[in-house]
Formats: sequence, structure tokens, C-alpha cells
Amino acid sequence: MKTNNILKNCLLSLAFLPLIAFANETAIGVTAPIDATDYASLQRGARTFVNSCLNCHSANYMRYNRLKDIGLTEQQIKDNLLFAGEKVGDTMKVAMNPKDAKKWFGVAPPDLSVEVRARGADWVYAYLRGFYRDETSSTGWGNCVFDPQTCKVAMPHVLYELQGEQVMNHETHQLELVKPGKLSPSEYNAFVGDLTNYMAFMAEPAKQQRKHLGIWVLLFLGVLLVLTIKLKKEYWKDIK
Amino acid sequence: MADKKIQSTTGLMGWIDARFPLTSNIKNHLTEYYAPKNFNFWYFFGSLAMLVLVMQIATGIFLTMHYKPDAEQAFASVEYIMRDVFGGNIIRYMHSTGASMFFIVVYLHMFRGVIYGSYRNPRELLWLFGVAIFLCLMGEAFFGYLLPWGQMSYWGAQVIVNLFSAIPFIGPDLSEWLRGDYLVSDATLNRFFAFHVIALPLVLLGLVAAHLIALHEVGSNNPDGVEIKAKKDKKTGIPLDGIPFHPYYTVKDMVGVVVFLIVFAVIICFAPEMGGYFLEANNFVPANPMVTPAHIAPVWYFTPYYSILRAVPPVMNSQFPGVAAMGLSVMVFALLPWLDRSPVKSIRYRGTLYKKWLALFLVSFFVLGYLGTVPTNVWGQLGDWSNGIAIIDTKERATWVARIFTAIYFAFFILMPWYTAKDKTLAVPERVTY
Repeated sequence: MKTNNILKNCLLSLAFLPLIAFANETAIGVTAPIDATDYASLQRGARTFVNSCLNCHSANYMRYNRLKDIGLTEQQIKDNLLFAGEKVGDTMKVAMNPKDAKKWFGVAPPDLSVEVRARGADWVYAYLRGFYRDETSSTGWGNCVFDPQTCKVAMPHVLYELQGEQVMNHETHQLELVKPGKLSPSEYNAFVGDLTNYMAFMAEPAKQQRKHLGIWVLLFLGVLLVLTIKLKKEYWKDIK
Repeated sequence: MADKKIQSTTGLMGWIDARFPLTSNIKNHLTEYYAPKNFNFWYFFGSLAMLVLVMQIATGIFLTMHYKPDAEQAFASVEYIMRDVFGGNIIRYMHSTGASMFFIVVYLHMFRGVIYGSYRNPRELLWLFGVAIFLCLMGEAFFGYLLPWGQMSYWGAQVIVNLFSAIPFIGPDLSEWLRGDYLVSDATLNRFFAFHVIALPLVLLGLVAAHLIALHEVGSNNPDGVEIKAKKDKKTGIPLDGIPFHPYYTVKDMVGVVVFLIVFAVIICFAPEMGGYFLEANNFVPANPMVTPAHIAPVWYFTPYYSILRAVPPVMNSQFPGVAAMGLSVMVFALLPWLDRSPVKSIRYRGTLYKKWLALFLVSFFVLGYLGTVPTNVWGQLGDWSNGIAIIDTKERATWVARIFTAIYFAFFILMPWYTAKDKTLAVPERVTY
């Protein structure tokens, strides 16, 4: 029996193994301000995404009318987010030909539908804040979040007018703002925070719905559990 | 004229029973199948494995209605299911979580068999059917994992199919034949889809049926490892410690089912990726044959064997020893009935020697499982502990740990005839303890 307890303890401690593994994951250093219930933030993020990202990056699995899930009406979507004769039921396609894109940037800009699921929201948030002036690169911009080894990235800093220009201090390995943009650093962080929040929503639009569903499922199963335990006890009372 | 069958049922049941053995089957497998009354926690996982099997088939059917087994469309069709199919996200998560839960319940079910000696005479064939189910399940999981056509799907399949090319002489041709191409491609996806949705499920169902028929022939073992059929009621011939499976174990298993469903629902609704263990982040990047991911890891349920594969060093530039060791590490479970020489079945009456070996085996299984999820240089960043005296390259540290635990893993089986025979066992009671 004693060994059985040891075995049980072994099994229990193993349940915590994944936690140790989580702790090992590479630290990005910033936490994205993700709030799936903040519709204003999500709507601002959607506008930024459509205005700034959707020229080169597609979101081929995301339909415009799914934005109804973040509090927009179909008419609002049509009036504010459709510019090139798309239908509200279309997915967020991009006109740029991948072959041309490859010629211009060296690599075709990836589809961003599920980018947050692949990279994590914190990564996206850090990436959008991590551009700095690098005259040695082909675009004039570097980003150590994208590639910590070389700090090279094919994407230019699309939002530089808003953020301003950062440079890398090679002694401290910190980014320093040398030329302010239209937004203050905290405003810029909030701006890309909204964008990240939207991209997290877009990566799994039904996330909130499954969480709400989960509460009802658990309530139902909780009641069912009580009933099945009572049923089992009722039947088993004659087993001696 | 043949004699009329003697039957007790009338009406519709009587009509059916005259043509099909319905009542007798219900009796043989449910109402008059006598199971030991002392089943404990560990005995829930057989029925739970059946439940997961049924759920995987049901959700699989609905996924097949929307999924496209085409390299150009597969990834997009999965996202289509996740977004545009009504309830599609829940069905998909049930299926992807179900795969991991299948392995959890099957591992616990197998562990039950090990600790209570359920593989011993007369249940050897029952155990062999079980091992075959386990192998089939591994194939099913492997083929299914390619279908979302993400980076991990693609490169995982690439790595595993390439393993076959390490087999001497026929290897390269064999792996090409499996792929249907020189690299994992549309042809591979199509055939893996066929294996996943029809070939292996058919085999799996057949094996499960055989597993159950064998079980109901020899009867269930129990936590005491006592044969309940040895002590029967003189008048009725019913085992004294046996109770009808239905209603007693059907109502008891219902409790297990609800508890399982609660765990299942929590994962599906609140953590379907399970921190990257059930759905890997890199699998949300579409498969790209031109970009090899920096770190390729199989899903958690394969990682102990994957660790063994990586731990065994190549011999004469051939990876075959590693591949063979990985294959053996799975197949070796089939030998358990003949490796165990103990006079008792259950761990309750075994001595400390066996318990120590079992604990070592468990630890090695979990350590190997963990190491299989991380790169082999995982502990390289912890710095040099040897104060400059390089006994082991820091990058090799995890590999050496994996080697030690691989040795323990196999020693558990190889030395079993010796330590089970030598072990000081306790006296087994005549009847079950309840």
C-alpha cells in the first residue's frame, strides 16, 4: 500500500510537469494588452489592421462580417472598412500578387489570419514595437524580435510615422527613440496594443463563444455528476 | 425438422430472439457478465477508452464532411471548419483534444493492466489484442496529425517517414513507397487521409471487438489478482465475488464518464491548445516544404519513444539502431505476459523489488517523455557545471540523461524475469478484498 502512495505522488507531481515546461519558454519581455471584451479596442485594432496591414498581408480565413462579433453592424463594416468593392461576406484578401511581393520584399508577406496562434500575442506586440533604424538592411529597418540572431527582417516599418524612429544602443542593447513620431510612446503602445488585440480576436473569432458555452456545459455536467453519483450509490447499497 | 429453440421471451423480443440471439447477447455481455465487485479507480479507463473511440468516430465523420485532403486546401479547410461551419470549432477541438485524451486514458488503462497483472494467464491474448490496439492507435494519431497540413504536421511526417529509410537495404525504397513521392506532398496527404479515416479505424474497431470478446471469455481481472471464477455459488454457478456488469458497473461507469466529460469540456472550452501540448503553435503556420522549423517535436504522446530514438547513437553512420530501439520500446509491451515470473499478479502482493523497478520505469517514461518535447541541447544554456573539466559536452547533457533513462526503460523489461522471480511476495487471499 505504501508504494501505491508513492506511485500516486509520482503521478501527481507529473501533472505539474507541463508547468515546468511553460517556465522554459523564451521570454519576450512584454505582455500584450489582450482583452477580448473591450470592443472599442478591438474595433480600433480592426480599423488599423484594414488600413495598414491589409495592403500587403491578407487574412484569407477572416470574413469582414465576422466583425459583427466585436459589436459592429453590417452597415458600419461596409461604410468604414470596405474600400475596393468587396462584399461584406468576403474574406480579407489582398490584391498584391505573391510573386510580385516576393520580388519586392524577398519573401511574400505571410497571411495573418492565425498569426497570433502561431507566434503568440506577446510576440506580435513586441514585434510591432521593435523596429529600429538599421542602415545596413535593405529596407532601412531592423527588428530583433523577428530574428534575435541577425535582427534582420524583410518587412519595413509601416507605422514609423506614428512611432517615430528608434535606434539600437549597442552597449545596452536597448532601443532608444531618437526622432519622435505623431504619437507619444505610450500612445503608440496603446495603438499597437489595440492592433494586437484585434489580431488575437481574428486568430480565433469563436474563442469567447466557446468560453461562454463551457460555463453552461460545466453547469449541466455538475448536475449530472450529482445525479449519477446518487444513482450509483442507490444501486450499490446492496453490494456487501 | 429441427427442434424448436427453447426461449423465454415473447412478443417483439421473442420474434427477434427466434431470428437473432439478442437476449442471449445482452445476458452474456451485460446482465449476466459477472465482474469482480472490487474494481477501483483504475477500472474506469477501459469504458472511457470506448467512449473516446466513439467520440472520435462521430466527430471525425462531421470533420470529413468539410475537410479537404488536398495540399492546396487542407489548411484553409481546417480554418473554414473553425470559423464558418456551425459548431465546427467545438467538433474540431473535440477531435484534436480527443486524440490526446485517447492516449491519456489508454496509458492509464495499460498502467492498470501492468500493476494488477491483467496480462497474466489466462489473459495473454486479451493483452496482445490490447497492444495491437495501442499500435493501431499510434498509427491513427500519426496519420491524422498530417491532415491539418501545418508546419508540424508536415515536418513531423517527414521525420517519421524518413525513419523507415534507415532500415538496411529496403529502407529508401520503403519510405518512398509510403510517401508516394520523393518528399511529403499532396500524394502523401491523400493516402494518409485514406489510412486515417477508413483503413485504420476499420482495423481498430475489429481489434476492439476481439479485445472485448476475449475479455468476456476469460473474465475481468481485479485489483487483488484473484480469479473470481475459482469460487462459485454451488447452486447458481455464479462467482461469489462477481456482480452483473449491468446495472452495477454501467451506473458506476456513468460517474466516470461524467467526471471525464468535465475534464474534457474544461480543455475544449478553456484551453484547447493545452499550452501547445495538444495543438502545437507551429501547426498554425501552413506547411512549407522550403522552411524547416528550428525545432521539430512530436505531440506529447509519442515523446518517450522519440527520446529513445534520439538517445541511441548511430552505428557505422546508420540511424537504424535508434529506429530499432524506438520500435522495440513500443513492441516490448507485448512480451510482458512471458517476462513476468512472479507467483502473484497484483502489485498489492508483490515485494518491494518489483515496486522499485516499476517506479524506475515510470520515472524514465516521464523523463523521456519530457525530453522528447524539447531540443537535445535543452540543458546547454545552464552553463558548465564541470568547472572546465569537460566530461560531457554541455550540449550533450540531455542526450546522456536520455541514454541513461533509455537503459532503465529497457532494463525494466529485460530484467523482469529475474526480479519478479526473486521478489519476496505476500500471501494472496482466497477471495477479493472489498
